[in-house]
Amino acid sequence: MNIFRIIEDIEKVDPEVYNKLDSRRNAFKYMSSVGKKAALAAIPLALGSVFQKAYGQSNSTILEVLNFALKLEYLERNFYTQGLAANGLIPAGAARTAIQKIQVHEAEHVKLLIATIQSLNGTPISEPTFNFGKNFADWNTNYQTFLTLAQAFEDTGVRAYKGQAGNLISNDAVLTAALQIHSVEARHAAHIRRMRNNAGWIVGAGANSNVPAGAQPVYAGEDNVAQGGINDVKTVGAGYSAEIATGAFDEPLTKEQVAQIVSLFE
Amino acid sequence: MENLQDKPTAKEDSLTKSLAVPMQRRMFMRYAGATAAVTTLLFATSCDDDDDSPTDPMAVDLGSGDTGILNYAYALEQLEAAFYAEVVAKSLSMFSQAEQQIMQDIKGHEGIHRDFLKAALGTSAIPNLEVNFSAINFNDKNSILTTARTFEDLGVAAYNGAGKLLENAGFLTLAGKIVSVEARHAAVIRDLISNGTFSDSANEKGLDPAMAPADVLAAAAPFIKTKITANNLPK
Repeated sequence: MNIFRIIEDIEKVDPEVYNKLDSRRNAFKYMSSVGKKAALAAIPLALGSVFQKAYGQSNSTILEVLNFALKLEYLERNFYTQGLAANGLIPAGAARTAIQKIQVHEAEHVKLLIATIQSLNGTPISEPTFNFGKNFADWNTNYQTFLTLAQAFEDTGVRAYKGQAGNLISNDAVLTAALQIHSVEARHAAHIRRMRNNAGWIVGAGANSNVPAGAQPVYAGEDNVAQGGINDVKTVGAGYSAEIATGAFDEPLTKEQVAQIVSLFE
Repeated sequence: MENLQDKPTAKEDSLTKSLAVPMQRRMFMRYAGATAAVTTLLFATSCDDDDDSPTDPMAVDLGSGDTGILNYAYALEQLEAAFYAEVVAKSLSMFSQAEQQIMQDIKGHEGIHRDFLKAALGTSAIPNLEVNFSAINFNDKNSILTTARTFEDLGVAAYNGAGKLLENAGFLTLAGKIVSVEARHAAVIRDLISNGTFSDSANEKGLDPAMAPADVLAAAAPFIKTKITANNLPK
């Protein structure tokens, strides 16, 4: 059986088949992910799954992830916009310049996500109402509280995108854009952390992050040392400390964990 | 398999091996192995495969598929780890106390990235690469920091570009765990050069670069003496 012949035949009827599969290579990706479980004899079944993904469910998964990311970007944009508008909150000079730079990025991320969702024929969620004062009453009068929340949002953003990468694997363009946002969020996080005299990287489950107890969920699981089938990554090579081992790997958060964090501000 | 891992090891390099064996089986059989078998069959029966490029016997080839991409990451981590090891060995006194801590931390992070990838790749790992740092002045703070920025930004762009080339979602998440730490390094190094430039790598849309392996390897080539070929990497 020749899967490419089949796809080429479909192309005669539906010229956009490759767009729906994203690429020829992704056809393999779908095939092989099914192939893990199925014997070669089951390829017709696998083939069905390829087209189910191309013509059905995969787009909705991707749209769900994009709207999830959009909510976080709305939150960040809203937070920085309000913070910059709050009289006397952010000191002029390097601090204000940095926050402005970050705000512009978050606003661009919002725009890009909305455009991407629309290009996939999805509906972008509208901006929710956030309540940053719900648990942090002085968030827009106390500069240190503001920076603490900024750090928490950036580190959450990094972990949230990371947690969704696997759900975007079928769409190369969207995955790459998400990764390109993800690393920018990590740069923001590092800078904000250092504005608070923290290291730029996360050691342990919040050990070096200087956040109040209420914000601890942001760092839950960052003390993980089991990586890629190695039970304790501290033991590789000549051996490493827990500080190095946990600082060297950022951990993902699930959608549910992120939703719990966001709910502190809704 | 578990027994092998628990067996006491006499020599240091057998520690790596004992780690590598369960890794090999667990990761590559469960994730990649079965996949590769099916894909190979498909290719064999139906695809005009043009992967067989001429091989240079002296060159290190990264390989193909997810293994190739992980070796690509391993090559870059070897480069970074060697660089920071040199900085810490030769140049630490030029830095302030706080900066010394940063250099030590990054040295540790790049070292564990390298050793982790080596262990994860097991017998599929490429050999140790020989680096060439002759263009770097280790007595000049500026030379060190600008080289560090180059390596960190390149690392971020490399992982960002390689994500879509990975077939396995588990490996993708692993790469994601590493790339954001590289981005943190890049931001901190950039701020040491000029405070506030942490994310100036990003374009007007707020996106960091994503580079293809060929471009990344070309940029890294002046710093790596060992010839690397990457003709079989996924495109």
